[in-house]
Amino acid sequence: MTRDPSSTDPAPVLSIRGGALRFGPRTLWSGLDLDVRAGEFIAVLGANGTGKTSLLKAMLGEQRLASGEVLVDGHPAHRGHRGIGYIPQQKIVAPGTPLRGRDLVMLGVNGRRYGPPITSRADRQKVDALLASVGATHYADQPLGSLSGGEQQRLRVAQSLADDPALLLCDEPLMSLDLQHQRGVSELIDARRRDHGTAVVFVTHDVNPVLSMVDRVLYLAQGAFTIGTPDEVLRSDVLSGLYGTPVDVIRTHGRVVVVGTPDGDHHHEVVA
Amino acid sequence: MISVDWATYTQLLALVQNSIIAAAVLGIVGGLIGVFVMQRDMAFAVHGISELSFAGAAAALLLGVNVVAGSILGSLIAAGIIGVLGARARDRNSIIGVLMPFGLGLGILFLALYPGRSGNKFGLLTGQIISVDLPQLGLLMGISALVLVSLLVIWRPLTFDSLDAEVASARGVPGRALSIVFMILLGLAVAVSIQVIGALLVLALLVTPAAAALRVSASPVLVPLLSMAFGLVSAVGGILLALGGSLPISPYITTISFAIYLVCRLIERRVRGGASRRPRVPAVAEVAR
Repeated sequence: MTRDPSSTDPAPVLSIRGGALRFGPRTLWSGLDLDVRAGEFIAVLGANGTGKTSLLKAMLGEQRLASGEVLVDGHPAHRGHRGIGYIPQQKIVAPGTPLRGRDLVMLGVNGRRYGPPITSRADRQKVDALLASVGATHYADQPLGSLSGGEQQRLRVAQSLADDPALLLCDEPLMSLDLQHQRGVSELIDARRRDHGTAVVFVTHDVNPVLSMVDRVLYLAQGAFTIGTPDEVLRSDVLSGLYGTPVDVIRTHGRVVVVGTPDGDHHHEVVA
Repeated sequence: MISVDWATYTQLLALVQNSIIAAAVLGIVGGLIGVFVMQRDMAFAVHGISELSFAGAAAALLLGVNVVAGSILGSLIAAGIIGVLGARARDRNSIIGVLMPFGLGLGILFLALYPGRSGNKFGLLTGQIISVDLPQLGLLMGISALVLVSLLVIWRPLTFDSLDAEVASARGVPGRALSIVFMILLGLAVAVSIQVIGALLVLALLVTPAAAALRVSASPVLVPLLSMAFGLVSAVGGILLALGGSLPISPYITTISFAIYLVCRLIERRVRGGASRRPRVPAVAEVAR
């Protein structure tokens, strides 16, 4: 599970150099250096308002950093990068949406194409293959709005893989799913990076569903951060140092619980 | 009420041939853009735009210039304001709520000042296609064609943005620019629809057909096709029925449009067994796996 991130294999898929994020006078983080290599699974943890999603937006080229740079495949991050797949959190589909499950995946294939909306046979075959790869074939023709959160998230995984990305950015993809579906969806993402060497950056407020898959954790807290393997980071002394106040990390039944963080996030003490 | 014999009817039909063609095209355009109106939850925006469009048309009537052009100008101003200030849904509704009475008030003012025939005045609010002359018909058709073609060109990115602006943007779809283009197209569609059905009843062509189609299908191909068919049947059917009697066209169009919607709801109930959503069979299957 733990690869050596500092080994000298090919150039990192994603590289952040001296990254800093500020909103007005508030510094969320600064001096962030991070290299993510092919096949690596990075979990980005931290309470609300620590700039987790903004970090992801910076990788997507949608958020300017106050300083530093974000390189994807060696080039500055830019909007619409073909090598990036993006999986958002589950959201409610507007009732007036004339789309079925497969159409969500189709948008990943041809959604940015202009011109008459005629679907080629090659596109249809690609969508069929993507649907099969996430086990969504049997509900692909149901209206999108009628699918459960877990079913929708499987489709979003398929959508994100349409261009065979080298980097998967996931923003709370397990949010509001039940445990069963949390496991199903995270296993899909894990299988992808194992089989295709896709690097994964996984923003979450709860590391437990993916704990066994995570190579390294980037833990953001109160203007500071720490990076390391889960065993290096998810420790009472490390997080107490990060927060500057005593914090307890409890490991119980294979789960990690962080207690006593001063972030004021109600949900925070039951998760990592 | 229906006192026209068949010979007279066919003569009338020849006279209004152009209007029928225009109504057909407008019905199709309204049906097509309605699909996005529903997806982007913009029915209220349609109403807001139509009131400013009405003000523009009324001003044009007063000034003695082209009414369609005035209507388009009013529409585009409203669409521009809503598009630029109301990017977020909540802002949008309040801006529309503010614009709408202002537009309607302006329109009524212009009409009060207008010394001409009162039939024209009322027509702007409730429909007047028979009184549209040939060059104006040409203009309506041209604009409709423009809206139709533009919609087809931006169809997929616009669908993507409507469904999930965040992911679409991450994939390189220019959401902001697309919303503004869509607002302009919507403004144009409203402006032309007003000429047929009037500012107060525009929703019957721009919302009802798509809403009806969505009741019976979730297919991205079938919904637009049905919606266009419903729009066409409503608009053309309205004119054909109105020719036989002395009533204006609009109530026929709105009634046909509403009847189609009702039928679609009934079909939906039959097909889906009374529930508005399908039973969750695959979800159960998934848990069982």
